[in-house]
Amino acid sequence: MSHDKVVKVALIGNPNTGKTSLFNQLTGLKQKVGNYPGITVDKKQGKCKISENLTAEITDLPGTYSINPTSLDETIVIDTLLDEENELYPDLIIVVAEVENLKRNLLLFSQIKDLKIPTILVINMVDQMERKGINIDIKQLEEKLNTKVVLISARKNTGIDQLKSIISDYQKLDTTPVVNISEKIDKDYFTKLKSAFKEFPLYKSWLLITQNKEYEFLNDDQKQLVLKFREDVNCIKRYQHKETIFRYQVIHEILKETYKVDKSQATDLRSKLDKILTHKIFGYIIFAAIMLLIFQAIFEWASLPMDLIDGVFANLSEFVKNNMAPGAFTNLIAEGIIPGIGGVVIFIPQIAILFLFISILEETGYMSRVVFLMDKIMRRFGMSGKSIIPLISGTACAIPAIMASRNISSWKERLITILVVPFTTCSARLPVYAILIALIIPAKRVWGIFNLQGLTLMALYLLGFTAAIMSAILLNNVLKIKNKSLFVIEMPNYKLPSLKNIFYEVVEKTKAFIFGAGKIILALSIVLWFLASNGSSNYTNAEKIVTSTKENQNLSEQALQKKIVAFKLENSYIGVMGKTIEPVIKPLGYDWKIGIALISSFAAREVFVGALATIYSVGSDEDTGTIKQRMAAEVNSETGEKRFNLATGMSLLMFYAFAMQCIGTLAIVKRETKSWKWPILQLVGMGILAYISAYITFIIFK
Amino acid sequence: MSDTIASLQIGEKGFIEHLCLENIPLKLLEMGCLPGIEVQLIQKAPMKDPLYIKVNGSHLAIRKETAEKITIVK
Repeated sequence: MSHDKVVKVALIGNPNTGKTSLFNQLTGLKQKVGNYPGITVDKKQGKCKISENLTAEITDLPGTYSINPTSLDETIVIDTLLDEENELYPDLIIVVAEVENLKRNLLLFSQIKDLKIPTILVINMVDQMERKGINIDIKQLEEKLNTKVVLISARKNTGIDQLKSIISDYQKLDTTPVVNISEKIDKDYFTKLKSAFKEFPLYKSWLLITQNKEYEFLNDDQKQLVLKFREDVNCIKRYQHKETIFRYQVIHEILKETYKVDKSQATDLRSKLDKILTHKIFGYIIFAAIMLLIFQAIFEWASLPMDLIDGVFANLSEFVKNNMAPGAFTNLIAEGIIPGIGGVVIFIPQIAILFLFISILEETGYMSRVVFLMDKIMRRFGMSGKSIIPLISGTACAIPAIMASRNISSWKERLITILVVPFTTCSARLPVYAILIALIIPAKRVWGIFNLQGLTLMALYLLGFTAAIMSAILLNNVLKIKNKSLFVIEMPNYKLPSLKNIFYEVVEKTKAFIFGAGKIILALSIVLWFLASNGSSNYTNAEKIVTSTKENQNLSEQALQKKIVAFKLENSYIGVMGKTIEPVIKPLGYDWKIGIALISSFAAREVFVGALATIYSVGSDEDTGTIKQRMAAEVNSETGEKRFNLATGMSLLMFYAFAMQCIGTLAIVKRETKSWKWPILQLVGMGILAYISAYITFIIFK
Repeated sequence: MSDTIASLQIGEKGFIEHLCLENIPLKLLEMGCLPGIEVQLIQKAPMKDPLYIKVNGSHLAIRKETAEKITIVK
């Protein structure tokens, strides 16, 4: 044979079964993460050499308990399996089950198997069988399920070779369904259904009816038929319940003969840990301690690599400036593109550390306990226990945080979570806070131990959380959405996290962030650079105008250059924009230069510092120290006072704490809520709040 | 009034008698919460909601409002 055959494999399984471990084991570094068309669910694909001339293209589909989806992520499974034209439609399905919860896992298996696609059952975590007193009769199980069953341990790398050899023979697999759904539910109904869609397996036709969705791959006649069958909603619901009960009966019968558990051997690590971790006092103390550790890590551990990255990019800019022929192109690279890329890269340490902790908390099973602990409290604010994860993630970046809200099944709770997440202090606010705090708050100690600047930063974090909670309460009372609770979560076994899984998770999530949000930040930096270095006729003739002005005749060469630069800035496009909004922002204590920074950070707040750097030191280096010194030296031309005094600084802090200055977040909210209404509400609502609180703050401190 | 999962004491067991199909998400059934199956209350969250139950080998947390709709026989 001259070239390889390719088999398309789909990995499907319940959450917490080690499906991703198996995926990592099979594909190693040969994986890529993309998006499913239209939605931003991570699509993980990888290649695996099965034999001499067979390669498997493996897709790791989102974890689900059933083929009937309850969240956006889960719909991908059914959409992939129903549509034969789908590019991911598999030649072979591997259902990954966990040895301890085999019964529940087999429900999903039985649904998948009934679609008549070749399906292998992989039972994972068999290394724990002995310890848990479990015994499985594989031969008999294979017979009853009409397929091959493989025992593996993805962590210990056992059983993988056997799995590969079965994959290579996938065409020989039996595709007979496990459960004959028509048998017990309503024979007449299903006979009718069967004759209506002769070309499909019966279970597929049934799924076409039960899903509330139009399937494009059906022809017009079929679409009409589907609609007709869907008319009796109550009947469908009843049959779905019956189907589930019937499936469990069949599975129960199968397992009775093939699966034995000696309960006396079971350990009770779970109950011991649960007692402590969900305790009404210790539970919260432990959670608070973990949160503290995470924040500490994000700010302490990340600061060194962030400084390093900052330095590297500043040096790079300078290097380019000094070594390339001067001109617009060099400036674009040195002042637009390099700082733009730097502005993205600088977030990597914080984001990676945050994802590291989140994936550890999820892998160990602790996250479910947090959801359990917090649900009742969060519900008072109109959210769900599951909102905790987005709110924590929001301290790194609102974009992945909003995506993490997907597994909240109640729409109202999810919507409120999405709307309030941008109040949490994301890492893009950090550089803004850092420079303003350094300018206006003295670095002295209070009560001997606390650093006043550090306390201010902490207060800003608390302010963000408080704003999130307050607006959640408000939204909860205002939004008129019927709230149907579908809250069901699994409390998985406690597990030691797998380093390999965590590594892949962190790398992938960080990569997704950089290429997602990064593109916008980079593009904006370039636009900003363009607006700052171009302008109308006054800008282009700056040199002539400044030199010919009478009062400038006696200035030294250096002072003259400075005047020219200042004049250029004032007359550049962005300068004109800053001047235009000056009347609006004057009550907040800002001038047109700060106005420029505000405009430029409208789409991404972290641009603020870079913009100020450009404004106060056009053409000079990027060192924060010098920006800070220049800002400190800036004088208010009207009062003769310092420009960045306490009142203006505090007012700016308030503004940045509340304003919705992130185009990436607005875009993701639009995508997740499928409406412009909500991102516009965020933009306007948060903007008004920012303006008013900045105004009041300025008045108070003046 | 008949007993529901919500009326179980911690550690107590019962058999599910009836699930009201209108109010119970299909997902709960699919995760093993079925008529005739033994259910045990493992723990209650602080403020007595949600409830942490063991049913059909699965460990699940459900809200009290859902638990109140599942009747059991002790």
